[in-house]
Amino acid sequence: MNYFQLFNLPAKFDLDLTELGSRYLKLQKQFHPDQHSSGSERDRLLAVQQTANINDAYHSLKQPLLRAEHLLALRGLKISHEQRSFTDPMFLMQQMELREQLAEIDLSDDPDSVIDDIDRQLQQQKKQLLNQLSVALDAENAEQDQLAADLIRKLKFFYKLQQELELIEQQLQD
Amino acid sequence: MALLQIAEPGQSAAPHQHKLAAGIDLGTTNSLVATVRSGEAKTLVNSQGRDMVPSVVRYTPDSVIVGDAAMTAAQHDADNTIVSVKRLMGKGYSETLALKEKVPYQLIDQQGLVAINTVQGVKNPVEVSAEILATLANTASETLGGELNGVVITVPAYFDDAQRQATKDAAKLAGLNVMRLLNEPTAAALAYGLDSGQEGVVAVYDLGGGTFDISILRLRRGVFEVLATGGDSALGGDDFDHAIVSYLQQQSGLAELSHQQMRQYLTLARSIKEQLTEEESVSFNLPGDSAQTQFSRSQFEQLIAPLVKKTIRACRQVLRDAGLTAEEIVKVVMVGGSTRVPLVRSEVAAFFASEPLTSIDPDKVVAIGAAIQANVLVGNKADGDTLLLDVIPLSLGLETMGGLTEKIIPRNTVIPVARAQEFTTFKDGQTAMALHVVQGERELVEDCRSLARFELRGIPPMPAGGAHIRVTFQVDADGLLSVTAQEKSTGVQSNIQVKPSYGLSDDQVATMLKGSMQHARQDMQQRLLREQQVEAARVLEAVSRALQADAHLLNDTERLAIEQALTDLATVQQGDDTAAIKAAIEHTNHLTDDFAARRMDQSIRSALTGHNVDEV
Repeated sequence: MNYFQLFNLPAKFDLDLTELGSRYLKLQKQFHPDQHSSGSERDRLLAVQQTANINDAYHSLKQPLLRAEHLLALRGLKISHEQRSFTDPMFLMQQMELREQLAEIDLSDDPDSVIDDIDRQLQQQKKQLLNQLSVALDAENAEQDQLAADLIRKLKFFYKLQQELELIEQQLQD
Repeated sequence: MALLQIAEPGQSAAPHQHKLAAGIDLGTTNSLVATVRSGEAKTLVNSQGRDMVPSVVRYTPDSVIVGDAAMTAAQHDADNTIVSVKRLMGKGYSETLALKEKVPYQLIDQQGLVAINTVQGVKNPVEVSAEILATLANTASETLGGELNGVVITVPAYFDDAQRQATKDAAKLAGLNVMRLLNEPTAAALAYGLDSGQEGVVAVYDLGGGTFDISILRLRRGVFEVLATGGDSALGGDDFDHAIVSYLQQQSGLAELSHQQMRQYLTLARSIKEQLTEEESVSFNLPGDSAQTQFSRSQFEQLIAPLVKKTIRACRQVLRDAGLTAEEIVKVVMVGGSTRVPLVRSEVAAFFASEPLTSIDPDKVVAIGAAIQANVLVGNKADGDTLLLDVIPLSLGLETMGGLTEKIIPRNTVIPVARAQEFTTFKDGQTAMALHVVQGERELVEDCRSLARFELRGIPPMPAGGAHIRVTFQVDADGLLSVTAQEKSTGVQSNIQVKPSYGLSDDQVATMLKGSMQHARQDMQQRLLREQQVEAARVLEAVSRALQADAHLLNDTERLAIEQALTDLATVQQGDDTAAIKAAIEHTNHLTDDFAARRMDQSIRSALTGHNVDEV
């Protein structure tokens, strides 16, 4: 299923999220099972399935990583469930360093400032990678698509680190 | 597949007569029914002039009594008087061991499910709840002068799949058409009319008799979005009562309380609690003691402070889930009788730094909201303006190797939702596979709630790893799960045998339906015929309307075939052959599959462009 088509939006990485949101709500208002609660059994089932599709599409387009994966999938490059090891020694070194920093947060005298510091680094790296991703996806050729796939794999590491950082922050607050 | 009824927002699909609908708040302690009349939602009173019906069912050898009369008998017939049955809904026997001490009736193990031993034999929680629902629906039918077309029943936002399913089964057993299970906090926000005018993030703090829920809703442009829900399905005003009972028991020097004494102490505790809402101090006699005992509000507050703290902790957690801070909450709605307790109000006000809304009776606010939504869903109010987007309260996952869970649908995902997962065989020629579905946030399967075990059968024999089975988990707008499976390379649909871990299978519900007092008097055949006739009427109406609006999407052959099918359906609908009506419905559905798909596409496009496709 082409999610961009469902929302009648151009299949591009740079997406107007406000517009996406308002189109999502329009479709929901039309198809939500509550609008069909006095319809026949099949009608109601159809409404559930259609709304589930709309929800899934919105969920996938809203988040940059999922959106990029969907774009690549539409171009025949599937990476969402791949199992492959990652071999970029420079990148892996950098990841290990960041992990070490995370592990040492609770040893610090001022954990809050360490967290802020790591957070800034992560945000900056993510932003950079997302910009590169946008350029790669806009090129619309096979070589750049491969590069985009690599960027997505890298970004996944950063999103994961971000989650872990938030978890650590929560634990400190409790 | 049949046709969707597609109406422009703000415009009803067809002229219609006023239909009868009611909202039901099926509570742990009390239940209420409400309806919208002359544009105003009000709770309905029964023949005794009461709108709050205690959720109490008493079984005598030859009758079933619900409500106040059952409550009165509670003290001398504790074994047969079922209180707080909501706590048992969708639960396994082993999960209710902690409650065994607290309830004055006898819990037993019915094939893993909890049930109650009564003078009328073993009753399960679904049957007991059905009695309460039937009583409320009866009050509504009598007041409104006709059978209800549909009801909305509220459930705690925290209810898992098994508990929601049990509630729906109870309604089915009571002969009710459930249009929607509505989350209690959403209903409360609707009652305050927060769907119109209010923008921003709202918290609903619901401390009832048996459950605590905290929900964060975002309201914008008429859309209701549940951002996050949390709480504790075993914390409520009942626990305040029990805290007082424990204290009183210490004072009395009794090492143990009999069922009867427990009941007396609970009644006393409840009255103390209620008086302390207004009074600073109360005096009373302990049962069987002539000396006066004094008890102050501050003593009470000391006893319950840890419980209230627990609710505030849950508030903090749910805000975190929603990625918000307390300052971002623009309104706090108070629900549930226990929010009358002064300590609760002051702690909530302090935490959210905002004076909570309390102008609607906190006991009635949920039923009123449910009535408003029931009125919309039954089609009496033609406004497409309110849209309730709900989320799934607890993650759905599958058991994987080593007793770990793999999340398929994370909590707070907007529903309805469908997610597919692929599995493969690990033996040559394997034709069956077992899946275990759990609900909860924890890593280990044993820490989550077991929902159901599925067996996929009829997988075509292939070498190990050759078969790819795609299993789709679908959660509907009520938060209920259904599962389908398909082998991808051959397209073979696997049979799925569902064994709900803590629920009743469809067969069991059907058997109960047949056996129930409620329907023994009615002719089962008659009921089935009536159901098919109603369904046929819905199909006829929907397809006719679709033809009127979109005949241009069909060629002449297709149109004539559909028209013929409608004529045939209309003819058999008048007769009394249930199977023939069913077959005619299926035939019509089949014929209109493509038409429905084309209309769906057209309607998506027109919704997004704001024009009819013809004009584009």
